[in-house]
Amino acid sequence: MDSLLNVDILLPMLVGLPLIAAILTTLAKGHGLRASISIAVALIQLIIVVALLSWLSNGGTSLEAQHQRYSLGGWGAPLGIDLTIDGFSALMLALTATLTLVLTVYSRYYFFEPHAQLDKTARFWPLWWLLIVGINGLFLSGDIFNIYVTLEIIGLAAVALVALDGSRAALTAALRYLLVGLLGSLCYLLAVALLYRTYGTLDLAQLSVIAEPTAITWAALALITTGLLLKTALVPLHFWLPLAHGSAPAPVSAILSALVVKTSFYLLARFWLDALAPASTDYGLIMLGILGAAAIFWGSIQALRATRLKLMVAYSTVAQLGYLFLLFPLVLSTGDTRDAGLTGPAVSAIAYFIVAHACAKAAMFLVAGNIMRTFGHDDIARLHGLAKYMPLSLFTFAIAGASLIGLPPSAGFISKWLLLNVAIDAAQWWWVIIILSGGLMAAMYVFRVLNIAFISVDEKAQIEPKHLPTNKLPTIMPLCAFFLAMLTIALGFNAELILDLVTIGDDV
Amino acid sequence: MSQDLLYIIASIGLFGIGLYGLIVAPHIIRKILAINIMSIGVFMLLVASASTVNGTPDPVLHAMVLTGIVVAIAGTALALFLAGKIHTLGQASDKDGH
Repeated sequence: MDSLLNVDILLPMLVGLPLIAAILTTLAKGHGLRASISIAVALIQLIIVVALLSWLSNGGTSLEAQHQRYSLGGWGAPLGIDLTIDGFSALMLALTATLTLVLTVYSRYYFFEPHAQLDKTARFWPLWWLLIVGINGLFLSGDIFNIYVTLEIIGLAAVALVALDGSRAALTAALRYLLVGLLGSLCYLLAVALLYRTYGTLDLAQLSVIAEPTAITWAALALITTGLLLKTALVPLHFWLPLAHGSAPAPVSAILSALVVKTSFYLLARFWLDALAPASTDYGLIMLGILGAAAIFWGSIQALRATRLKLMVAYSTVAQLGYLFLLFPLVLSTGDTRDAGLTGPAVSAIAYFIVAHACAKAAMFLVAGNIMRTFGHDDIARLHGLAKYMPLSLFTFAIAGASLIGLPPSAGFISKWLLLNVAIDAAQWWWVIIILSGGLMAAMYVFRVLNIAFISVDEKAQIEPKHLPTNKLPTIMPLCAFFLAMLTIALGFNAELILDLVTIGDDV
Repeated sequence: MSQDLLYIIASIGLFGIGLYGLIVAPHIIRKILAINIMSIGVFMLLVASASTVNGTPDPVLHAMVLTGIVVAIAGTALALFLAGKIHTLGQASDKDGH
């Protein structure tokens, strides 16, 4: 293995590089320069992740440790902070790098307006990169306190990005998001304090070995779960999400729905199935699954009732997040060895689901942003003629929608099919009904938009001229959304790619 | 050990008082204060846990509290800024309305 593929450099670079980008974009003058720096950094980040993946799939498996580790500053656990990587987190990093690149390119055009408020675009880039620092850091952290820090970096950067719009609605949504985020982090930090008091370590891997099913561990797990459920916005703690995701600028909404909520889900999976697995009870796992099922129904109903497109897409996120929580009851009898970390058929299915949803949802939010730019509003009832004025955007929306519904050959189809298989193998047929009816409800809200979009303007003579599109978009903006939607199709045809990646740890 | 217990009860109490305030208090400044009381509860638990049998305190916990304080300051500052901005915007729109 040559020095370029040395994991010792690659892991810290994934945190350091976006941090450097945040500093550079703060110092740089002019939107063009800041955007060029960002696109370059996003490209390098993607290359690093690809190198890391090839290292993991070639040499990584032959190492004796399942978790690949890097000790920052040469200080190992328990005193130092370890960066670790396994199949699941590698997949999340790859997803982050891909979405970062597409969304960075999109943002270059989204925030470029000759007469736009200059300070808004100047503030966007450093915050954007800080958010990426937090996300990458979180997926790489092998230390529960370091995870707290990355959670806060993500939270603060995300709140500032939501508030970027400057309108009263956006600021109110941002403030609520901030208070919820801080509450969630404090619950988490209290759990960290309890765990450190009891076990004397902050290291995830060490915890998974020494954790015992005692009252303190249960209390810590309950606090972690409460805190992270707030941040993941699982029903009934989802109240802050639709407004925050609906008021943010389009690329920010896209990354919030595609990645940020999933960082907390990733941690929940990490704690329940890996680090604190000895303390996780069957009842707790089933309870999380029931909440997930409730989220699927509640989110879909609200998406059906939403009047604004962005709100509809945000409620759809609430519903889709519900599917992720089906992971917890499904590991119960799939034959997964529950203390073996994040591996097994249920985990693979959910990992695939995360990727499929991230691409489809990011594409949808970008389309909503494009529509808002062109029409000046995103009122679903007034989107007549969308098929005529923005055919590519509508096509993108339809493909992303097909993936959310779970129609073949999209990635959404494969992910639901995998989930159904796992549910049937686990002899838990009731989840099958929920998964299928969730898809049906997704079809209802996606087709509702398509239905209106195909009504031509001529048929609706009473439409006022001001409802007709006024702005022309740079071609690259619909193309970015289209690329993400195409990605869901491409992943549908190449499912093994993702599934092989998640199972990297299994061969050891 | 009873001293340790006292700190634990006090910090859980502070956390609870803060949580109650966050949910019940109507005014945004009170909510922000409540969050701070909660974080003080957590910090106190961390500091209290640093005492060891041989008398030398555990530095890891002190480092954690310091980091936590920095995070709490950043969060509070952002919350106060947003609350102030919302208040100003609200006043401006009230003037427009009259």
